[in-house]
Amino acid sequence: MMSMSATINGALRKIPAWPLYIIVAGYVVWEFWRALNQIGPYLIEPINVLERAYGKAGLILLVAGLMVTPLRNWTGVNLIKFRRAIGVTAFFVILAHFLVFAVLDVQSASRVWTEIVERPYVTAGMVGFLLLVPLVLTSNNLALRKMGTAAWRRLHKLSYVAVILGALHYLWLSRGFQVEPLVYLLLSIGLVALRYRQIVWRKQPA
Amino acid sequence: MAYRWKNDLTQADVTPKAQYMNRRQILAGTAGLGAIGLVGGAQAQTALEPNTLEEITSYNNFFEFGTGKADPAANAHRLVTSPWSIRVDGMVDRPGDYGLGDLLAGLTVEDRIYRFRCVEAWSMVIPWNGIELADILAKVGVQSGARYVAFETVVQPENMIGVQRRVLDFPYVEGLRIDEAMHPLTIMATGIYGEPLANQNGAPIRLVVPWKYGFKSIKSIVRITLTDQEPPNTWAGINSREYGFYSNVNPNVDHPRWSQGSERRIGGGLFAARQDTLMFNGYDEVASMYEGMDLSVFY
Repeated sequence: MMSMSATINGALRKIPAWPLYIIVAGYVVWEFWRALNQIGPYLIEPINVLERAYGKAGLILLVAGLMVTPLRNWTGVNLIKFRRAIGVTAFFVILAHFLVFAVLDVQSASRVWTEIVERPYVTAGMVGFLLLVPLVLTSNNLALRKMGTAAWRRLHKLSYVAVILGALHYLWLSRGFQVEPLVYLLLSIGLVALRYRQIVWRKQPA
Repeated sequence: MAYRWKNDLTQADVTPKAQYMNRRQILAGTAGLGAIGLVGGAQAQTALEPNTLEEITSYNNFFEFGTGKADPAANAHRLVTSPWSIRVDGMVDRPGDYGLGDLLAGLTVEDRIYRFRCVEAWSMVIPWNGIELADILAKVGVQSGARYVAFETVVQPENMIGVQRRVLDFPYVEGLRIDEAMHPLTIMATGIYGEPLANQNGAPIRLVVPWKYGFKSIKSIVRITLTDQEPPNTWAGINSREYGFYSNVNPNVDHPRWSQGSERRIGGGLFAARQDTLMFNGYDEVASMYEGMDLSVFY
């Protein structure tokens, strides 16, 4: 087991993180192009389908970001150098999700405001998105140095709240009993709970 | 009693078959950046043009076949629609299990081009073929004490993925007040564009109540019950704060989940503009049925 994770880590060392930005940006542009030309799932109602595609991709990236640490703890496979790219691209995909909602779907600033204030599931999504803003602004080495590791880490714990709000947003807007949004919510809560347990463990005297 | 209501959208608005089959291909052919302005312009000119058959049969809510808009088109082929019988019971003179053909025999199928407004704030224009519900009710004989009509959708668990997944508490049920059911606008549709209903549209027979949100227009009906009690309807049972018994299209009564002030007509592409939602979906002739009722209470 150890040697296998060491092999994987050795291979991962040779892979840079920057292609992830290209891949995710490419995904956003590709889906937009398909929606514009009403190809595949975008044939009939491209706006709603694009809004959902971006939303789900953003949530998947957020959840993936939360998986990096437990994966290392359990298997020794270390993806930590990709985590910044995962988090930053998650923010931009969710920004695209918000822009489709605001510009293409709801189509006016006053209606955007009404939606955010009056619909709890939109409120949850919006708060989650806003929590990501300070995180993306500090996702660089300069900010990390200036803030110090402890303060930076404390700030970035906001991502736990953001992921859960994102999953809640998805579950809330689903009509009827649907398994998929429930899976994301349980996964998010589980991954955050793992952190909580670690925090408790560390506080216990050795 | 047929022909009691006249289309303001006329026969001329029914797109010829060659055209409704082709419009998508034309759109696809001109797609790309240059087409944005073109599509927007065409949309403005033809706001009341019926949607294409492809649009009407590809973007549906029919939770028995899944929760996604494309799921019914993908899964509804498994619905068995023949033979089909409808149980008519409750406060009627001639109750019984009617074969579909027997129930409709001798009644007039009319063309009705209606706006269709979903509670999710999207809309279509659909050229239905259907029979006035009043004619069907007259055939079975409504007793004087009946005040409501209840409807039930078929349940075929082995054919319905949404039923297997318990997405909702099936069977799906809906209801109308008797005056709503007797209104000339209310039809039981059996076709669209002169073709039999596609399964995802509620084959072989469904209710169409054009001044109410789409979920009231219950699909694939197997039971019609006349009653003196307000019958339950599925979505109100799930969340009575969000869905009421009446569910009239009303831009002034906001829904906790979707703003009802405006809607997006399906078929306008990625840059389709929203349009204002009309009171009673534009069917003002139904307003008198609700005189004296506070529509923010009876939503």
